[in-house]
Amino acid sequence: MSPGRRERGLVRPYVVTDGRAYPTRNTFDLVTLVMAHPDRPLTGLSPEKRRVMELCLGGALSVAEVAGYLELPVSVTKVLLGDLVDSGHISARSPIPAAELPDTQLLQEVLDGLRARL
Amino acid sequence: MGSALASDRAVYLPGTVRVAAKILVVGHFAVGKTTFVGSLSEIRPLRTEETMTQAGALVDDLRGTEDKTTTTVAMDFGRLTLSESLVLYLFGAPGQRRFTRLWRDMTHGALGALVLADTRRLEQSFPVMAVLEEHGLPYAVAVNHFQGAPRFAESEVREALDLLPETPLVTCDARDRTSSTQALIALVQHLQSRQARISQEQA
Ligand SMILES: Nc1nc2c(ncn2[C@@H]2O[C@H](COP(=O)(O)OP(=O)(O)OP(=O)(O)O)[C@@H](O)[C@H]2O)c(=O)[nH]1
Ligand SMILES: [Mg+2]
Repeated sequence: MSPGRRERGLVRPYVVTDGRAYPTRNTFDLVTLVMAHPDRPLTGLSPEKRRVMELCLGGALSVAEVAGYLELPVSVTKVLLGDLVDSGHISARSPIPAAELPDTQLLQEVLDGLRARL
Repeated sequence: MGSALASDRAVYLPGTVRVAAKILVVGHFAVGKTTFVGSLSEIRPLRTEETMTQAGALVDDLRGTEDKTTTTVAMDFGRLTLSESLVLYLFGAPGQRRFTRLWRDMTHGALGALVLADTRRLEQSFPVMAVLEEHGLPYAVAVNHFQGAPRFAESEVREALDLLPETPLVTCDARDRTSSTQALIALVQHLQSRQARISQEQA
């Protein structure tokens, strides 16, 4: 396993998010896909937001993967991503809508995809 | 590895992926959740952690909490790109029900859950199933068979777990990719028939 947050001397999450425990908008799910806009300047971004950008500039990842690679709690990651969406650095592709029932087509595609791996 | 850039380790999604789906893999301590996710994932499984108070609140400010009892809840997760446009994430999570906020986040938008069970301690699966029922998440049960664990007839396991007749019960080996894939297939088929049943009732 990779070293934990504490050993790596990362700043405390509270400091990272300017004291906010939750994002301004509740738009992120664990599997919301995010990607960075390569043309946005990184000047003025906090070191943590730069780390998010550095990671996300490589391609699309889920919110959970961003949290996992950066070794940050999911809650903190959502705050950072929310700010970066607000500033136009990141765009998010919404996950499946949280409908009562997932749609028929989606379940069939999941099933087909799993069967193809057998 | 501490200084390596995260982007050097990251395995990015194909640019064509449009939809991300989520399935939970849940079960009591040491039932094989991490093993299951690892057998199926195309990326090295990742882990996220949240610090919680015993009361179940998320803790982001760790200052001044030393005297309160906090605990870390870890989730392992893996990824399966199922088609050009679809990716499936599997989240392995412990079954403690007191982490309400975490469960709300995890079950939100999830297709369903696979409950891993061990025949040596079936009773430990009850709280896990209870938390899924509380959050209205449909599930299937997969007995992860360990060497030396007793083998019971399916009907006995069903009865011991008090499963509804429609809840699928399968056996799997979490270390084996094919066997684990088949357990997920059983879950998705269950989700399909449940969906067909509900839309019929609504019609
Ligand atoms: N014989 C056998 N051993 C298994 C199987 N699945 C997992 N194990 C072993 O059981 C132990 C626990 O498995 P994990 O995958 O870590 O279980 P877990 O549910 O993630 O455990 P926690 O996260 O600690 O709750 C490990 O030593 C695995 O190698 C199985 O199908 N058969
Ligand atoms: Mg585990």
